[in-house]
Amino acid sequence: MHILKLIFKNAFRHKLRTFLTVLGVTIAILAFGLLRTVISAWYAGVNASSASRLVTRNSISLIFPLPLSYQEKIRQIQGVKTVSYGNWFGGIYIDEKNFFANYAVEPKTYLELYPEIVIPPDQKAAFFRERKGAVAGIKLAAKYGWKIGDLITLKGTIFPGNWDFVLRGIYKGRDETVDETAFVFHWNYLNETLKQTIPRRADQVGWYMIGVSNPNLAADVAVRIDKAFKNSLAETLTETEKSFQLSFISMTEAIVIAIQLVSFVIIFIIMAVVANTMAMTARERIGEYAVFKTLGFSGFHISGLIFGESIFVTMLGAALGIFLTFPVAKIFSQELSTYFPVFNVATETIYMDIAASLLVALVAGIFPSWRAINIRIADGLRRIG
Amino acid sequence: MKIPFSYSLRNLWTRRLTTALTIAGMALVVFVFAAILMLAEGLQKTLVDTGSYDNVVVIRKAAGSEVQSGVERLQASIVETQPEIAIGQNGKPLLAKELVVLIMLPKRGSDKPSNVVIRGISESSMTLRPQVKLIEGRMPRRGSLEIIAGQSIAKRFKGGGIGETLRFGMRDWTVVGIFDAGNTGYASEIWGDVDQLMQAFRRPVYSSVIFKLRDSSEFEKIKERIETDPRLTLEALRETRYYEKQSEMMAKFLRILGMTLTIIFSLGAIIGAMITMYASVANRTGEIGTMRAIGFQRRSILTAFIIESLLLGFIGGFIGLFFASFLQLFTISTMNFQTFSELAFSFTLTLDITYKALLFSLIMGFVGGVLPAIRASRMNIVDALWAS
Repeated sequence: MHILKLIFKNAFRHKLRTFLTVLGVTIAILAFGLLRTVISAWYAGVNASSASRLVTRNSISLIFPLPLSYQEKIRQIQGVKTVSYGNWFGGIYIDEKNFFANYAVEPKTYLELYPEIVIPPDQKAAFFRERKGAVAGIKLAAKYGWKIGDLITLKGTIFPGNWDFVLRGIYKGRDETVDETAFVFHWNYLNETLKQTIPRRADQVGWYMIGVSNPNLAADVAVRIDKAFKNSLAETLTETEKSFQLSFISMTEAIVIAIQLVSFVIIFIIMAVVANTMAMTARERIGEYAVFKTLGFSGFHISGLIFGESIFVTMLGAALGIFLTFPVAKIFSQELSTYFPVFNVATETIYMDIAASLLVALVAGIFPSWRAINIRIADGLRRIG
Repeated sequence: MKIPFSYSLRNLWTRRLTTALTIAGMALVVFVFAAILMLAEGLQKTLVDTGSYDNVVVIRKAAGSEVQSGVERLQASIVETQPEIAIGQNGKPLLAKELVVLIMLPKRGSDKPSNVVIRGISESSMTLRPQVKLIEGRMPRRGSLEIIAGQSIAKRFKGGGIGETLRFGMRDWTVVGIFDAGNTGYASEIWGDVDQLMQAFRRPVYSSVIFKLRDSSEFEKIKERIETDPRLTLEALRETRYYEKQSEMMAKFLRILGMTLTIIFSLGAIIGAMITMYASVANRTGEIGTMRAIGFQRRSILTAFIIESLLLGFIGGFIGLFFASFLQLFTISTMNFQTFSELAFSFTLTLDITYKALLFSLIMGFVGGVLPAIRASRMNIVDALWAS
């Protein structure tokens, strides 16, 4: 008990220094937490995807379409339950800066395949009924102030022209991993328009989304699908939704690695700061430690004091940092919704925060306590700060 | 009277451990600061080198990039007849009708697929891009299933080396040459005969038309004519502007990330410097009192402490820059969010970045040291002597 009191008193002997160190740790842990959250936001698409869904696309690359006629052929394949399809539309809302994901899908099968997209029944019915109807995520609608019934015009980049939509529904995610910033509309609207303007591009879809009856056999179904279209004009590549998402992330791997490295660098920086504080503290008190030793306290006790103080100061900062992570992440998620539709602080991030700060505290304590243990009493008493 | 410079230097040496830790913190911050600037510079350099100011890219209106664009054969021929286009040595206009698509290729070693740009080229494509040079093998023959690969592709992708074959569009394509495109975006591309590729991919339209201007100042004129011609639904951009637009999102991302990180990190380092300087003032109270007593002025003491802290910053900055300069050996390759294709660029250190990083480290040292230095200079002689 006394030792705890001593640690506490010691920690606040230099109020300014302790304040600065705690502040430093707070900033570092906050930054570390945010960077880890950026990384997990990067993988958000992967976490949200299901293992029981497959994605079939053209094996050359994503920009090549597949014929609509594949739909029936895929449906016949053993193990396939639902087949839906879509096109990346890539439309621009007023200005290029207002980027959000927008695609054309076959609405009925799509919503059946993605139960995590929740739309009120009346809005759903209205959306199905109207070919120009569209559905937007609740975050997206809030960002641009859209209401049900609003007319929204997107400028096509892949499909030329101005496209008018009527907002018929606003969806919510079933849980927080779902992207609530997407914009979805009828594939038929796109196709029927293309039939008139660019007939050669009609009746083609960007990708098929496939629900399998037994998720354990998803890999077999994928092989069967690809085999069915081998040596055709449009060969397919089928993979689970998870690996489809992962393949996108692996292309931006360099950035993820860089952010990861940087998040460790900040821990090193704060390690230097805390170690510095502890080194100075121990140097100033070397005389006291000699007195302790004279009184018969062992080196173990003294190093306990040093580590205790180091852990106390670091943990204080870490607690503040973790506490601040949540409101700051909230601001970030609003500012960066273009890049990261899903930006949530994960529980693992908090554990990593705690682990990192413990590591900092321990490393910072090593050198000073080694010095305090090894110093000879006479030297310690003779030394002046 | 001034306090000698060596006083500050020796103080740092006396408290070696503390000095080393503070400098290490500063060095890390400057390292990150310089790394981010170098990355942004590398991206910029790649883009500037890729485009040339006198070249014009014509794509479909609002398409944004060559990959999304489509230019009908008839439209391409109309563009070809414009009088502002420069004439080449063979008497033909310096104009290339090109096809640009993405294909997925596995990387060497990891087997991970990545999107690669494949460009169908015409006769003038090479002439239009003087920065691209064939370094090995030969050019593909027209009408044959031959391709040439950029150096970066040959090195990093399976089947990209000379003599190897790539399979796409139901055909096998032989790599007959490797081209060097320096730091430009073309280094991550594969080139082949445009007509063959159009057949293979079953795309009856070109992606873009690229030409050189006869006279650089005529750009506005031809842009106006192309964009108002009712037969054409195309837009014309200078090539430099086109490539700049291609990675605006990436550049913005790097900028936001860089600024945020730098601010947060420098706060950490400034706090570190402040702790060190406050401690070194507190430990030397008696010393400061003595110096004041023997006639050194407040201003001299202030200067001595600020110099000490600036030294901390400068040494940290120098070490950080030293290690950052080794980053130039690395190349970052990542997917451009806007085009979904590979974009490779390397860290580039310029004199400007060196100045900025050193200035930054000095500022950090100054901000960290100014408050402790003021405290030192304000000490009362009697109190200070009493304290020891």
